[in-house]
Amino acid sequence: MRWACLLFPRLALEGALRRRDDPAAPFALLEGAPPRQRIRAANQAARAQGIKPGQPRGLAEALCPELGCAPLEAAAVERWRQRLAAWAYAYSGQVSLDYPHALVFEVASSLALFGPWPAFEARLRGELAALGFTHRLVVAPNPAAARVLVNAHDGLAVDEAGLEAALARLPLARSGLAAESVQTLSRSGFRRLGELFTLPRPALARRFGSGVMRHLGELRGEWPLALTVYRPAHHFSRSFEFDRPVHAIAGLAFPLKRLLQELSAFLRGQDAGIERFSLVLGLEGGPAQRFEIGLLAPQREAETLLELTRAQLERVRLEGPVLSVTLAASRLTAYAPVRRELLAGPARQAQAWAALHQRLVARLGGAALKPLVEHREHRPEAAVFAAAGPRATDIPEARLRPGWLLAEMPPAEAGIARLLAGPERIESGWWDGDDVRRDYYLAEWHDGRHAWVWREPGGEGFHLHGWFG
Amino acid sequence: MPVSLSLPGPRAVSALDRLLDSRVVWRAQESAAEAPASAVASGHSALDAALPAGGWPRGAISELLSDGAGSGELALLWPLLARLTREQRPVVLVAPPALPYPAAWRQAGVELGHCHWLDVSGREALWATEQCLRAGCCAAVLAWLPQADARALRRLQVAAASGDTLGFVHRPLTRVGEASPAALRLRLHGPGEGHTPALEVLKCRGGWPHATRIAIGAGA
Repeated sequence: MRWACLLFPRLALEGALRRRDDPAAPFALLEGAPPRQRIRAANQAARAQGIKPGQPRGLAEALCPELGCAPLEAAAVERWRQRLAAWAYAYSGQVSLDYPHALVFEVASSLALFGPWPAFEARLRGELAALGFTHRLVVAPNPAAARVLVNAHDGLAVDEAGLEAALARLPLARSGLAAESVQTLSRSGFRRLGELFTLPRPALARRFGSGVMRHLGELRGEWPLALTVYRPAHHFSRSFEFDRPVHAIAGLAFPLKRLLQELSAFLRGQDAGIERFSLVLGLEGGPAQRFEIGLLAPQREAETLLELTRAQLERVRLEGPVLSVTLAASRLTAYAPVRRELLAGPARQAQAWAALHQRLVARLGGAALKPLVEHREHRPEAAVFAAAGPRATDIPEARLRPGWLLAEMPPAEAGIARLLAGPERIESGWWDGDDVRRDYYLAEWHDGRHAWVWREPGGEGFHLHGWFG
Repeated sequence: MPVSLSLPGPRAVSALDRLLDSRVVWRAQESAAEAPASAVASGHSALDAALPAGGWPRGAISELLSDGAGSGELALLWPLLARLTREQRPVVLVAPPALPYPAAWRQAGVELGHCHWLDVSGREALWATEQCLRAGCCAAVLAWLPQADARALRRLQVAAASGDTLGFVHRPLTRVGEASPAALRLRLHGPGEGHTPALEVLKCRGGWPHATRIAIGAGA
């Protein structure tokens, strides 16, 4: 088994930055109660202006008047940890949040799918960079070692054989031992973990206690380690709140993109897709505006979801200034991803057609895109319209029929120059109460076109029913 | 013609741009580069012979001007649609002037299962046409767009080029005098007493149009 450990040294700050319109503007997180707030963490733009952790808020705001501030929220950090765990769950069935600021997950079983490790690592890092999280990543034979090694390394991958040597070089202060143990050990002249490995174990346990022994055993994989395994939630609900009310649909694009990216990551973690989700817009001074977004087939790619959502929102009018957007999805469906690059000609064509079909129906409605189906029905209008009725596969129509059929049948007397062929008696429909008896003719129209016209047997007055293309 | 050594003023430039945009004037360079890249046989040998590319221009809009439904547009296009649908490739009709009668389309050899029509109008028809052309998965897109002006046609022309799709836009004869960015413009004549519809090539990219009428098969 191989375990990866991801350490997020700036999780709270970066989580808060993701909710800001301009993450590059100076921004700092505050800790402490309002009169005596201090800077907990600051982004690069703020640090460049001299903002440092520990500064009182007043000083920081004097140094950088445009500094954006927000209090540190433990709940928000925890939410982000959960989201990152959901993200990692897409790659591994064993994910644990037992370590604060870090995420450990088993990767050996995933290598067959995403490997080899350098490719897998690049993929993980690419996605985290896109999410906007600084991270350090280490792979080791067991989770405890991975967690400890990530304190001092980034990008390290050690196997069974290299583990002891890698651990031995770690300074005690970074070895994950309890602070008082580190103090006792350094008073005795120990500096690095390796020096402890050389001691006889009974002596070590006697002098420094069983806690130290146990930790060393866990690091070397000799003691089993019980981790709480992360279990993902089965519904998705995320909100985005605006600093200022938004008045136009276009202003929703940015949060929607973020929310749909998160939905997509969540769905991948669940190995599921979605056919329906709801968007709730919190309005200023009024009830919330709610939309159901329905899709034709299960989807989970962020780009596709965004495009389809946009198409549906284009037809919507905002009922007031928007303060927040909530995206909720509760019913997940099975999803079979189609890998575009694996498809050759016809299959790719079919997929592109399916995507186009979905786009058209999303905007125009399901009834607008119609197939051409021939029904076994003598009445021409029923042959086109009837959704029910048997298909005319066994006895195809052999007589001359026009390419175009008119939905309305206007009087045609004035337009006819002369009759070219006919009559052909068409008679049917009495059984469903729509009795039809007509004599059809091929007629030349005054402008030279060929028309399909009919009149009732023995009756007067022609009706135009179709055009020969 | 007087030769001026000064740079053309902004008005002259915009006039030239307008001519280029409306595709009344072609840049020789451009037409050489774009020249008969690929064409799709129309199924009418007389027409293919008259077109510089030897068939319908691919990745471009062909504009068909007529008096309305029944002017021979189906006789003209059915051979193409029959071949494309038999190759199992989708064909989309956008905003057709009337309901397509399945029996007649099948008699013409069209595989109905690969033929779809969009019952839309107005702006949605323009949007849908552009989507279908751009998607690159339709073998041909036939649109009836009396409302389309030169700007809309230019958008469609770009969409057809980016999707490398055959596009046909039907417009009424009243539009015949307007500038059009379509790569090919045809005027249809109904079957009349001759019993076969005919067409005239008004404009074609990469060549001079023939002034003669070309008969297109037996009307159906």
